[in-house]
Amino acid sequence: MSASRPRTLFDKIWDSHVVERLPDGTCILYIDRHLVHEVTSPQAFEGLRLAGRPVRRPDCTLAVADHNIPTVGSRIPSDIKEDDSRIQVETLEKNVKEFGVPYIPILDVRQGIVHIIGPELGISLPGTTLVCGDSHTSTHGALGSLAFGIGTSEVEHVLATQTLLQNPAKNMRIDVTGTLGFGCSAKDIVLAIIGKITTAGGTGHVIEYTGDAIRALDMAGRMTVSNMSIEAGARAGLIAPDQTTFDYVKGREFSPKGEAFEQAVAYWKTLPTDPGAHFDTTVMISTADIAPMVTWGTTPGAVIPVTGVVPNPEDEPDEGKRTQLRRMVEYMAVTPGQRLTDLAVDVVFIGSCTNGRIEDIRAAAAVAKGRKVAAGVQALVVPGSGLVKRQAEEEGLDRILLEAGFEWRDPCCSMCLGMNPDKLTPGQRCASTSNRNFEGRQGQNGRTHLVSPAMAAAAAVMGRFADVRQLV
Amino acid sequence: MDKFTTLTAIAAPMPMQNIDTDKIIPARFLKTIKRSGLGVHLFDPLRFDADGKEKPDFILNQEPYRKAQVIIAHENFGCGSSREHAPWALLDFGIRCIIAPDFADIFYNNSFKNGILPVRLPRAVCDQLIEDSKLGGNARVTVDLARQVVVRPNGEEISFEIDPFRKHLLLNGLDDIGQTMQHAPSIDTYEARNRQTQPWMPSTAV
Repeated sequence: MSASRPRTLFDKIWDSHVVERLPDGTCILYIDRHLVHEVTSPQAFEGLRLAGRPVRRPDCTLAVADHNIPTVGSRIPSDIKEDDSRIQVETLEKNVKEFGVPYIPILDVRQGIVHIIGPELGISLPGTTLVCGDSHTSTHGALGSLAFGIGTSEVEHVLATQTLLQNPAKNMRIDVTGTLGFGCSAKDIVLAIIGKITTAGGTGHVIEYTGDAIRALDMAGRMTVSNMSIEAGARAGLIAPDQTTFDYVKGREFSPKGEAFEQAVAYWKTLPTDPGAHFDTTVMISTADIAPMVTWGTTPGAVIPVTGVVPNPEDEPDEGKRTQLRRMVEYMAVTPGQRLTDLAVDVVFIGSCTNGRIEDIRAAAAVAKGRKVAAGVQALVVPGSGLVKRQAEEEGLDRILLEAGFEWRDPCCSMCLGMNPDKLTPGQRCASTSNRNFEGRQGQNGRTHLVSPAMAAAAAVMGRFADVRQLV
Repeated sequence: MDKFTTLTAIAAPMPMQNIDTDKIIPARFLKTIKRSGLGVHLFDPLRFDADGKEKPDFILNQEPYRKAQVIIAHENFGCGSSREHAPWALLDFGIRCIIAPDFADIFYNNSFKNGILPVRLPRAVCDQLIEDSKLGGNARVTVDLARQVVVRPNGEEISFEIDPFRKHLLLNGLDDIGQTMQHAPSIDTYEARNRQTQPWMPSTAV
């Protein structure tokens, strides 16, 4: 590719990380940052051990345990009650020691969900390649980092070689224009996007989010949008770094300091997509079409505005899709034509790598303030990291939430996927700020509706889905 | 990794879209530090009821599909999480090939690393193969990777596309870390150059 041809942000990051292009076009892609957690790494370290291979660049790697950690009670690894969870955490601790990988222990205030702490600590930087054995690695794309989830074999490949064998993705642009409506948030933008392009709409692509509605988002909102790129089928999302990004990165523990920071910013400013660069696919979305959103089915694309009604599967012409819609209606125990605001909730979950940042907790607390969680509803707030938790407590958000009847927990992936004890029991209906509403995702036969933090808090205090615009 | 050359096997029809990784292997079964032994949990929510009893209407609980080595499905197979436990569970059950109109990207990648061949064929062709597979043990499908063809029970050959590098690795059962290691000098050169051009890149040392 000639240097003079206009390139996208993705093209630029890709080109600058190609170590070698193999004869068939496959590239050896250099990886700047590798985040490691306890669930998808044990078999990778075991592979290294069996092959007698070291970790090539421990100084580009950071490990943390986040999926299996209890959110109440003791957080000492040996106290984890479930044997298999404890073994995974202890195995990670043993592996990082043996291979010399930097590790943030569970009792460290910086511990948290890997996709929360990467940006928070300044590990995730614009213009870098970043991978993790977790599909929501797309989160870090909000900083202009080419960040994507990988499987365990690829985790082992990166540990051993600091590279991956990859083929370039196609470029997709999603342009979101207009001013976001009252009561709407980044979560509503990304749910509306997935509703429009479907859960396979981004397959084979890296999505770059553009437009004034994206520019206007703070970094937390940008991370929420980029996080759910994978729910639109794209391995990675990207948002061009700008002053909002630089201000966010500056001064974080691991980010470049002083003169080095200025050098970095000068480089980061060269990254945004050139005028006239080619996108294989472009999608335009107007904020006029975005309201507070709620998923009603068992894919994130089955989403409607809170003012809407459950669609009728019989209206779907394609037989395969119709069958799937019928199954969704049955599993979710909803009826075609039913208003979402008539659905009662049993559980509310506020947290996850999608919505576990301080801004998300502020949004929930703003709705909860002076109200009470409805009778019979269990409402959990799980900060995304120890630093988020500490800041929320400094701001008094924990008091507001506790007084309203929410539970204030310790950081972990928690009920997003229920690998720790936080899970739904069969038949429970949950308003959740997480990212997936698949069958059984939050617990066997649990029913998940994805919403924004403000909408989740609204559901908690009303005991049913409610239009947050009527509460704030 | 086992090589994949030619496979003649029973195919299980699963005419569903968006078969996600939580369906293939729910999160509660990811708490293992091994790659093996996950086959008993494959498709757990579809295969077993709340008491752990087999659901008789699920295809892999029926003869002869208990011995299926091929699955034929609809769009977006393997969407969701990056968990390699999904291909590990499929492989442990005995599945070596999945045919669908398209796959989620991470699952597609993960399959190759484990000797599983994902084959993309148009929806109409998948529907035809699904009809064939309903004939059960008398209608085996053949997948020939070297020639890049799927052979229907009636002998008709359908060709498919595959990336030549992935094909090479799979045909020979090669470990791709070993392949990349052969390029170590290029990686050294890249890193040396980066230290010059991006001196600001900090270490992750805690």
